[in-house]
Amino acid sequence: MFKLLKYAKKYSIYAFICPFLMVGEVIFELLIPQVMASIVNIISSPDVAQASLETIFKLGVRMLTYALCSLFCGSLAARLASVAGMGFGADVRSALIKQVQSFSFSSIDKFSTASLITRMTTDVNTIQNTFLMLIRGLFRAPIQLVSALVICITISKRISSVFAVVLPLIVIILAIGAPIALKRYKIMLKKFDSFNASIQENLMNIRVVKAFVRTDYEKEKFKNSNDDLTASAIHAEKLIILGEPLLMLVMFTTIMVIVLVSAKAITLMEISVGDFTAVFSYVMQILMSFLFTIAMIAQLFMSEASAKRVQEVLNETSDITDPENPITEVKDGSVEFKNVSFSYGKGKNIIKNASFKIESGEMIGIMGATGSSKSSLVQLIPRLYDTSEGEVLVGGVNVKEYNLHSLRDAVSMVLQKNVLFSGTIADNLRWGNKDATDEELIKACEIADAHQFIASFPDGYNTDLGQGGVNVSGGQKQRLCIARALLKNPKILILDDSTSAVDTATDAKIRSGLRNSMPDTTKIIIAQRVSSISDCDKIIILDNGKINDIGTHEELLERNEIYKDIYSAQQNGSDDFDEIGGDD
Amino acid sequence: MPKHGGPKGALPKPKDTKRTVKRLLTYIGKEKWLLAGMIIFVVLSSVAGVCASIFLQPLIDDLLSNIAGKEFSFALFKPVLKYLQIMAVVFIIGVVASYGKAKCSVFLTARILNTLRKELFNSVADLPISFYDSRPNGEIMSRFTNDVESLRAFLSQGLTQLISSAITIIGSFVFMIYYGKALTVLVIIMVAVMIFITKTLGEKSAYFFKRQQQELGSVNGYIEEIIEGQKVVKVFNHEEEVKEHFSEINEELRKASTGANTFASILMPLMGNLTHVNYAIAASFGAVIAIKGFFGMHMTAGSLVTFLQYSRNFSQPITQVSQQFNNAIMAIAGAERIFEYLDEKAETDEGYVTLVNAKEVNGNITECKEHTGTWAWKHTHTSDGSITYKKLEGLVEFENVTFSYDGKKTVLHDVSLYAKPSQKIAFVGSTGAGKTTITNLINRFYEISDGKIRYDGINIQKIKKEDLRRSLGMVLQDTHLFTGTIEDNIRYGNLDATKEQIVQAAKLANAHEFITALPDGYDTILTGDGSNLSQGQRQLLSIARAAVADPPVLILDEATSSIDTRTEKLIEQGMDKLMAGRTVFVIAHRLSTVRNANAIMVLEHGKIIERGDHDDLISQQGRYYQLYTGQFELS
Repeated sequence: MFKLLKYAKKYSIYAFICPFLMVGEVIFELLIPQVMASIVNIISSPDVAQASLETIFKLGVRMLTYALCSLFCGSLAARLASVAGMGFGADVRSALIKQVQSFSFSSIDKFSTASLITRMTTDVNTIQNTFLMLIRGLFRAPIQLVSALVICITISKRISSVFAVVLPLIVIILAIGAPIALKRYKIMLKKFDSFNASIQENLMNIRVVKAFVRTDYEKEKFKNSNDDLTASAIHAEKLIILGEPLLMLVMFTTIMVIVLVSAKAITLMEISVGDFTAVFSYVMQILMSFLFTIAMIAQLFMSEASAKRVQEVLNETSDITDPENPITEVKDGSVEFKNVSFSYGKGKNIIKNASFKIESGEMIGIMGATGSSKSSLVQLIPRLYDTSEGEVLVGGVNVKEYNLHSLRDAVSMVLQKNVLFSGTIADNLRWGNKDATDEELIKACEIADAHQFIASFPDGYNTDLGQGGVNVSGGQKQRLCIARALLKNPKILILDDSTSAVDTATDAKIRSGLRNSMPDTTKIIIAQRVSSISDCDKIIILDNGKINDIGTHEELLERNEIYKDIYSAQQNGSDDFDEIGGDD
Repeated sequence: MPKHGGPKGALPKPKDTKRTVKRLLTYIGKEKWLLAGMIIFVVLSSVAGVCASIFLQPLIDDLLSNIAGKEFSFALFKPVLKYLQIMAVVFIIGVVASYGKAKCSVFLTARILNTLRKELFNSVADLPISFYDSRPNGEIMSRFTNDVESLRAFLSQGLTQLISSAITIIGSFVFMIYYGKALTVLVIIMVAVMIFITKTLGEKSAYFFKRQQQELGSVNGYIEEIIEGQKVVKVFNHEEEVKEHFSEINEELRKASTGANTFASILMPLMGNLTHVNYAIAASFGAVIAIKGFFGMHMTAGSLVTFLQYSRNFSQPITQVSQQFNNAIMAIAGAERIFEYLDEKAETDEGYVTLVNAKEVNGNITECKEHTGTWAWKHTHTSDGSITYKKLEGLVEFENVTFSYDGKKTVLHDVSLYAKPSQKIAFVGSTGAGKTTITNLINRFYEISDGKIRYDGINIQKIKKEDLRRSLGMVLQDTHLFTGTIEDNIRYGNLDATKEQIVQAAKLANAHEFITALPDGYDTILTGDGSNLSQGQRQLLSIARAAVADPPVLILDEATSSIDTRTEKLIEQGMDKLMAGRTVFVIAHRLSTVRNANAIMVLEHGKIIERGDHDDLISQQGRYYQLYTGQFELS
């Protein structure tokens, strides 16, 4: 937690002043009962009639002044704490997103998308709230506690000794109760998660449920998990509700004991009746600030896990960085693999000693069964991952010698799991080139065979895609992604299974478009369908991470068993009749 | 921040508060005893709390003042001890009541929420498919999560606090006036000022909280979107733009949440110190009155101290009530949204023809209890109560069927077709042509607007929905599996299936091989919609699920996603085995399926534009020919 404090630097002045104001508030607040005691002493004395009104007014004004000062300090502190706390949260979030932007693909894989999101939302919130609580309470509660105790002790040691018993007693009660309650609460939260998941599943699968007439079955299932959830909620709450009456018991007992002890002290004239009233008003304050201090410590411990998770992200260093004197110009689109092996992390090699050469401007197909590492192979070209052995050369230069930005500008890649972002179609396309003119957009979309359907939308290129591009079909999405990649005007274009949801005719149209309009660009195509790559200049066959063969369609058909198998399987009618509903 | 946000931002406001509150009260009223117990305990604990302060006055005035400076003796202490005994009794009542109150509240809340959730789920489960079409799952989820949660927040704390705060406020008010008649005007001004400040600040902070929620929604949404697409961001060198955009929305969030927090946290010192200001004023005036009197009224020191004690306790319940007021509004709005779903019209079913196990003896169909593999439609005639049986064959006919989802735009025009038992009918056509719609009409996910659909000659509207659907198997394009073991998932098709039947179905679907290759075999637990299996394996399971149901009529929606060739082949073989001997309606994407169909229906804009088998249609050289040869594109 404290390691994250560097993100609060900008607000340190606020965070620094805040505790002082808090102390001011507390001190003024504490002085008030003392003044009150003086007033009570005056009016409860037998010679009350002789008391001077002036004294009383003076005391009243003093009290009023204290209250106003306390109000001023408290309000200003609240404001400053909010500024510092929320600013801190915003800065941590900002630092996180910056950090993640610098992540390499392997870092992204390591953390997983869902966990990154949780860290940046829920965890940051927890930390922010803890920080806010700390600047407001770190000094306030303990000071309140100590000063109230000190005043009580100065008034009467005998009465104050009661606290020596009470406070440890509270600690013991909490130390026993809290962990059990927390455990039960965690069980309940877990139940709640799976309860939600089961509703969600039911909603998602509603057609299956209805088609198989399983509504009653699902209702029964729900009833069980609902009752289960209710039971664990009651189980957890049962313990938590003991807290309040227990504390009341402690408080009441304290009051009674204090009355008893005070009565004795009063007979001995150790304290006055006025002092007794003052002590009385401190009892609550002492108990409450004590509880708050404990709660704060507990919260600090609990947020430690969140802080650690955030810290992990911030400490992750990218293993892929620019070299010292980077080359910024990619000469041409040639690609060469020299004895390349690759593994994710420390796993076993999934690309084994691959060597091949692609001339600039060629169109290359890559085929192989699922798990033959086709995607891994091409991801080495824009240096999304680093090789474990061997080198990858682009434009005749090792990719590690380029400036990353320049390399990735020259190598455009359409990922298999592709994503569109919320915004209009034009916004999304301009990811490829933010200065692209409307004409350039249209041209790229024509090559990707996307212009026609875009133009058929009422809003054309200004059609809003919604989050994740939900408003277009799978095939349309793929074509938009291709157009987006084309707009980069790359030297190398890589399509990783990017036309799987597009029908064969369109697929062919896109390929001929690529061939004709970007003759100098090297085109690398990964596909499942033979028809998608059969007219490529060269086809690379991958088998289990090894280059099995390289050749043209005809050559491979002649000599390569794997290719022959795939080809005949697809010819025998299992080829997608995909234009039909391909865009469903 | 709950994940399933309803409409982001805007604080929900109930539309018809009175009706909703009434209805909510009936749920609370159902737990009569708990409610009664709770109210009694709340009253007891509040009274005990109020009384606790009363003890101060006689204690100071009579007992303690009297003993000051006197010699210690038991007789002297006796009144004090006696007094303490009474105090102890009241305190113990207070403690017990506070526990009882909390316990009643826990049970009351848990039971009401349990009932509401159950009713909500049962109601939602009975709603027709069209209900689900028109709203995102997130919105339905939000009723189960956000709305139930806001009810919980109010019921578990708000209800008791509202009652006890009301008692404390009224009680304190009464006692303050009793002890300090002379200060009545002061008390009233004090209350008015406090209410005014609470209200003003409350409105201000509500505004900022609303904005904070909105900004939080957009920041979290952006984070989610960008992190999901992080690899694309990298591939496009878009890191700088992301940072820039994020710092803008992050700054907006910072501003809004700073405002919200400021107002929320200023309330405490403000109210607290306002109490002190009151205290100072009241003390001064009180002291003056104690000394000089006020229009003939006098105050003793004890009553002044007691009075001041009450005035200190006064601000807390007012702040609480104002906070609970917001909670109450949220809870009522939540309840209203829940009730809205409870009031949705459930899927209706006037069918009376049922599906029964049957035996065929000498050409006569008789009903029997045990599973025979033969099924019959049991038709109870309404006119004379006589019963006739008709063997289930799998003949499906559409007669001039017209359909519209919304009653405005017709999506199927005058469609007529038939499928004889064991025939395969393939539908082809572009998105939105009406392929899926036709299949959804057969199992009555939707009701047709005009025309007739007959099943074995019986109008399907006369067949009980569940029996109709039991006679139809479905393999959907998106394979949805459930959390549970593989065995459970296959058994979903037939809850009574034995292990052997399940293995057999898996074998038929070509799934057995990969299942047994898994370390836990059929006991492998699938999580999160079966995401630990590949797309192809999930499809094999959904075929096995349909196979174990063993329905005479099958509706298939072939998947289009790219699957490697080997698995694709397995799926194809599995599908073919499943289709054998059954009437099949298939939304086709594969060439082999279309080729093998007895009849192909080419749909366009909700009309059948071509029909016939593969060779017929090819020779017609129409749309099907164009599709087949790849000259025409569908998107």
